[in-house]
Amino acid sequence: MSRINIVLALLIIASALLLINAQHQARKNFVALEGLQKEARGLDEQWGQLRLEQSTWAGSARIETLARTRLGLINPPLDRIRVESVPTR
Amino acid sequence: MNYHSKKLLKLHLAPWRMATVGSLIMVGLGIVASRALYLQSLHTDYLQGKGDAISNRNMTLPAHRGMVSDRNGEPLAISTPVESLWARPAEVKFNPAELKKLASILDMAPDALMQRLGSRKKGELSVQRPLTPDQAARVAAMGLSGLYLRREYRRYYPAADVAAHVVGFTNVDDLGQEGVERAYQDWLAGKSGERYVLRDRRGNMIRDLAPIKLAQMGGNLALSLDLKIQYLAHRELAAAVTANKARGGGIVVLDAKTGEILALSNLPVFNPNNRRNYDPRLVRNRTVVDTYEPGSTMKPFTAAAVLERGLFTPESVINTSDGLIVGNKRIRDEHPHPFLTVTEIIQKSSNIGAVKMAMTLTPAQFWDTLNRAGFGQKPGSGFPGEAAGRLRNAKTWKPVEQATMAYGHGISVSLLQLARAYMAFANDGEVVPLSFLRREPQEVVGERVFSSSVARSVRGMMETVTQEGGTATRAQVPGYRVAGKTGTAHKLIDGHYSPDRYIASFVGMAPASDPRFIVAVMIDEPSAGAYFGGSVAGPVFAQVMGGALRSYGLPPDAPLPATHLTQPAPLPIPSIDSQKAERARNGHPV
Repeated sequence: MSRINIVLALLIIASALLLINAQHQARKNFVALEGLQKEARGLDEQWGQLRLEQSTWAGSARIETLARTRLGLINPPLDRIRVESVPTR
Repeated sequence: MNYHSKKLLKLHLAPWRMATVGSLIMVGLGIVASRALYLQSLHTDYLQGKGDAISNRNMTLPAHRGMVSDRNGEPLAISTPVESLWARPAEVKFNPAELKKLASILDMAPDALMQRLGSRKKGELSVQRPLTPDQAARVAAMGLSGLYLRREYRRYYPAADVAAHVVGFTNVDDLGQEGVERAYQDWLAGKSGERYVLRDRRGNMIRDLAPIKLAQMGGNLALSLDLKIQYLAHRELAAAVTANKARGGGIVVLDAKTGEILALSNLPVFNPNNRRNYDPRLVRNRTVVDTYEPGSTMKPFTAAAVLERGLFTPESVINTSDGLIVGNKRIRDEHPHPFLTVTEIIQKSSNIGAVKMAMTLTPAQFWDTLNRAGFGQKPGSGFPGEAAGRLRNAKTWKPVEQATMAYGHGISVSLLQLARAYMAFANDGEVVPLSFLRREPQEVVGERVFSSSVARSVRGMMETVTQEGGTATRAQVPGYRVAGKTGTAHKLIDGHYSPDRYIASFVGMAPASDPRFIVAVMIDEPSAGAYFGGSVAGPVFAQVMGGALRSYGLPPDAPLPATHLTQPAPLPIPSIDSQKAERARNGHPV
């Protein structure tokens, strides 16, 4: 009778310790999850900014200005464009 | 246990000492117990609140506005976080040197900054929104009391003025004010969420105390615009407006098969990224919300109205000699011809011929055709504030009104509406509903306006307009057959037709064998000499249509010999001067 009480008491202590451990692990994981979610939001924002930057650099207006000024290209007038048809087989 | 029974433990103490100590301990315990009872059960709300305030936090989960992109995913409007500077005036304390430094970082005059900070005594006020990332870092480094940075989302428009009128813009509170931003506000706006969390002593979140209300991110929106064509249309329109010293202009490019608006641009224009020089006149999307009298671009509808009732055939000859009088108005032709066929009336844009055709109809019949083509009704693009134009009830028409309507006066349309109506000619009689959003091909259901034979024969007539002898030879696109119609209308100013102010326009479609694109161009008050639709708006049409056909890689449909005839001599190397001239022609700031 008394022996079984001792065993039960030990089991209770063990389960209490496991509970504490589980709680601690859960909190640690939660903190890690939060950190990663924050990082994901940051990356998402950065992606938007990069996208914005890319479209600014690659904007038609900028490309055209560069083509005209730096490369000296011109827009061909329509009478200097020749359309060729490839015979279909 | 009985201590008195054990001799060794027997104490010789006076019983009162025992009683005193015992009762002191009991009193002490009683005090502690009653204090505990008081704190735990009677004063608990206050203390619990204090505790929660330290460890629990209510957090808002920010949601940002969705992205607007063109049909190929190129961003047109995108929200990105920026820092803005706020102040609590009651807590603001800094010396003049700090004030001066802060003012220089913010690019403000110190006096103006002082005034700004003193404008309110209580609460908080916005000092500057938004800051550049560099400004934010420098302000944060100063560590001034009473000032703090707040993270906000700001909207950027990478295409700037090129797509400004379609995309519109939002105000500082992220509410759509114009254009698509306004029309699709509910879809684009995000809804911020909330969570209630428990934090540990380091400030880490360790547990959610209530179910998370997730933030709803704003939806993304893919427009029907094709940024490449949009840019081309905007550039060519701007070049033509500058070259013709015009007050403004508009251009619409439609996909004739799906009703999608591939490009839509207006001049004058504004830059949505810079709202300091906000001018409501520049913000008007005139192509959609304003109407004008279209002039001769209405004649194909007159021709369609008589053809579909079998009153004329394209080959019928009409006496168009000068001197037709309807009511008390004399109808004139710019270049009179004694006799013209119906096709030639369209080709040479004869007012007399158009009036003679229209007068064979009853007002109700003519009204019916125009009404079916969508005049006098909103074009249904979903754009905020779109104009319906004016098509009066046929019962009130006088003969002179019916006559002038035959060549596009006494009726008003928006350019978008006109382009939509031309879809009937391009699509063998069917008009597909307009859309500013990208469409899947299976969504398209057209509405029949003309029979396919009438649409085809009017399209055939319009093809002669760009051929030798027509009014718009400058609207030709090498390699493709082009059908279209010019318009040169006197402007209506305060109820009178101005003798020397015009609206030059051209509406056309290509490839004429099976049109894919419709381009409508309108130039307002060209004043550099030329004012005919064919010479002012025609070249813009040709450039934009040519570019659109090439970028979609549509096979040329013009007969081969014709293309070979246009083969030019070997290209001369352009001299520096001609390059400069070319740059000047196209070199407008974008």
